[in-house]
Amino acid sequence: MASKVINVVVAGLGGQGVVKASDILADAAFRCGLDVKKSEIHGMSQRGGSVASDVRFGPHVYSPMIPAGQADCLIVVAPDQVEVNRHVLKASGILVSPESLATVPGKIQAKSVNVALLGVLSNVLEIPLETWEAAICANLAEKHHRLNLEAFHQGRQATA
Amino acid sequence: MVAKLSERMLLSGDEAVALAALNAGVALGTGYPGTPSTEILEAFAVLGGKAQWAPNEKVALEVGLGAAFGGARALVTMKHVGVNVAADVLFTAAYTGVSGGLVLVSADDPGMASSQNEQDNRQYARAAGVIMLEPADSQQAYEFTGAAFAISEQFAQPVMLRMTTRVCHSKSIVTVAPLPQPAAAPDFKRDIPGRVMIPAHARPAHRHMRDKLARAATYAETCAQTIVERKDAALGIIASGVAVMHAREVAPEASILQLGLSYPLPMQAIRDFVASVERCIVIEEGDPILVTELRAEGLAVEGKPERFRFGELNVERVRQIIAREELAEPVVAPGKPPALCEGCSHRPVFEALRRLDCIVAGDIGCYTLGVLPPFTAMDTCVCMGASMGVGLGLRHVLPPEQARRVVSVIGDSTFVHSGLTGLAEMVYNPPPGGHVLLILDNGTTAMTGQQEHPGTGRDLAHQPTGKIVFEDVVRAMGIDYVVSIDPLAHDNALDQALEAALASGQLAVIVARRPCILAAPKIRQYEKAAAEKKNTCATACAAQ
Ligand SMILES: Cc1ncc(C[n+]2csc(CCOP(=O)(O)OP(=O)(O)O)c2C)c(N)n1
Ligand code: SF4
Repeated sequence: MASKVINVVVAGLGGQGVVKASDILADAAFRCGLDVKKSEIHGMSQRGGSVASDVRFGPHVYSPMIPAGQADCLIVVAPDQVEVNRHVLKASGILVSPESLATVPGKIQAKSVNVALLGVLSNVLEIPLETWEAAICANLAEKHHRLNLEAFHQGRQATA
Repeated sequence: MVAKLSERMLLSGDEAVALAALNAGVALGTGYPGTPSTEILEAFAVLGGKAQWAPNEKVALEVGLGAAFGGARALVTMKHVGVNVAADVLFTAAYTGVSGGLVLVSADDPGMASSQNEQDNRQYARAAGVIMLEPADSQQAYEFTGAAFAISEQFAQPVMLRMTTRVCHSKSIVTVAPLPQPAAAPDFKRDIPGRVMIPAHARPAHRHMRDKLARAATYAETCAQTIVERKDAALGIIASGVAVMHAREVAPEASILQLGLSYPLPMQAIRDFVASVERCIVIEEGDPILVTELRAEGLAVEGKPERFRFGELNVERVRQIIAREELAEPVVAPGKPPALCEGCSHRPVFEALRRLDCIVAGDIGCYTLGVLPPFTAMDTCVCMGASMGVGLGLRHVLPPEQARRVVSVIGDSTFVHSGLTGLAEMVYNPPPGGHVLLILDNGTTAMTGQQEHPGTGRDLAHQPTGKIVFEDVVRAMGIDYVVSIDPLAHDNALDQALEAALASGQLAVIVARRPCILAAPKIRQYEKAAAEKKNTCATACAAQ
């Protein structure tokens, strides 16, 4: 994996699985043996307010928060939250949003859009597929595994 | 969620504290929910520790202190403002000291992600005279928790572990190490002069406490929590908590002194560090405490401009402090604010309060969102329980046509936390035109993530236990005008009940009861499980 720190911001609204998606991503990076930090403010988020979670991984991560303008990737689960979060991205940073799923085969259920977007992200990160799958299963109840693994694979087929 | 011991784990700071408490042999964990501290006791319970919610923080600290008097290790958790409630206990517990380790976790919230103020509880260590540790990440949260119990026992003093939102809720890697010193077996040893704080005992106890702090300061000089990272001599940074991490990222070449034991200060170590670098900056979140104390010692250290007292620090803000940049704070586009859930039982209440043009002395919980449009039906919100006193105060002084519109509105968990004494005030000093109290009983502490409380009749692990019935308490305290109502029952039942109570000129209490819709499915499950358990017991007993 890259020798520098990778910064990913996951954003959306309370109830959309933003924190869950960032948990899965952080766990996947953790399973790769990297140093990982993940941070978000989740005070009143369950009442539908904006949520953003920072995930950082690499050989050594210090601050748990991603400085503005330094995110390599921004995943936004709610289309109307793209603009409020765009400032976190680097000039060369990648935006992943529900629009990125336009070309994927099949329909994705609303509650697994978060994991489908991780599927899109997985195309640009050097994390092995088995590691992603293990992280998804470790962070979700068993009855949700199939649906989310499917959503992840659908997301992986997105063409940029 | 933490499930078992392993070598390398990805844990939040809160989970790391819980794991350390378990490994340190903590006999009892108690506290009151409050973001960002809530998950500590929840995780401790999941790990198999004995954890319980107290009705409020003062009771929690008293229970913890009792356990520590008994020689056991006790963990007490709360958010920063909870320490205000527990402060009466804390200040004198600093005199009595403890036998078993007593660790009070104060989870501060600089930036106020979900709090009513951003008080800096490092001030409490100084004001009360207790030792304070401040971890910077989950690894330190684990290690410092273990150390806190050992230090508490070594100096026979309560220890505060001060965390902040970014330490509590950030996840980072913890390599689980064995913790120092196993816990001793609880055993009562009488110590009347040490624990009965009549003035004759308290006078020497105060001196004794100062002696202990002086010894703790010597200990701090060389302890494992005073961490010096010597690099370039051009720049030295003195920091504590998560600010250490921001500083490392901004200035990888700088020498850093982390004050992990941040009270009492290791003054000699600090003096040596300052002398070893050309330029020395103190980077601290919140109030300028360290910088003021170091300057009082005659040390030439730089601080931060006043604007950084407000809000959290982050990498960019720390960069500006170090670079002495006078930039304006960036304007960040506001996100979507939180709102009461669709179908929330608080919604019809605030619609009614608005329709009736009430003056609403509000309180803290999900229902505080009744202040936002479309309701805008809350006029005050200060601290937990304040709805009662503030409402009564308004009733006493306002002209009658305003006074009769005043309603105190309080949630169920908040009512148990600090509404009961307000109720005593209502009975004892009734305003001439009476008063109306509205208790919003949604069967849970929704705001902090659906914790149980004494009004639900279930304990932290959602098992049945003693239950406080609000209507009974209100009657027992001397108010006969009590009505219970389902706020969603039919269109104007709530309006009618409120209008009647307001018109009565008496002391009246309305309990609006309907479960939080997010909690309702789980509440049904708990009730079903409890009923089944009761049935099996009944059958088993009948069979005997
Ligand atoms: C002294 C203190 N302790 C804890 C908190 C955190 N807190 C805010 S409101 C609240 C309880 C809310 O529960 P409830 O009154 O039942 O209202 P609900 O959220 O269910 O509507 C808690 C624990 C606080 N603000 N102050
Ligand atoms: S969590 Fe419960 S109490 Fe809070 S807004 Fe939602 S429904 Fe209402």
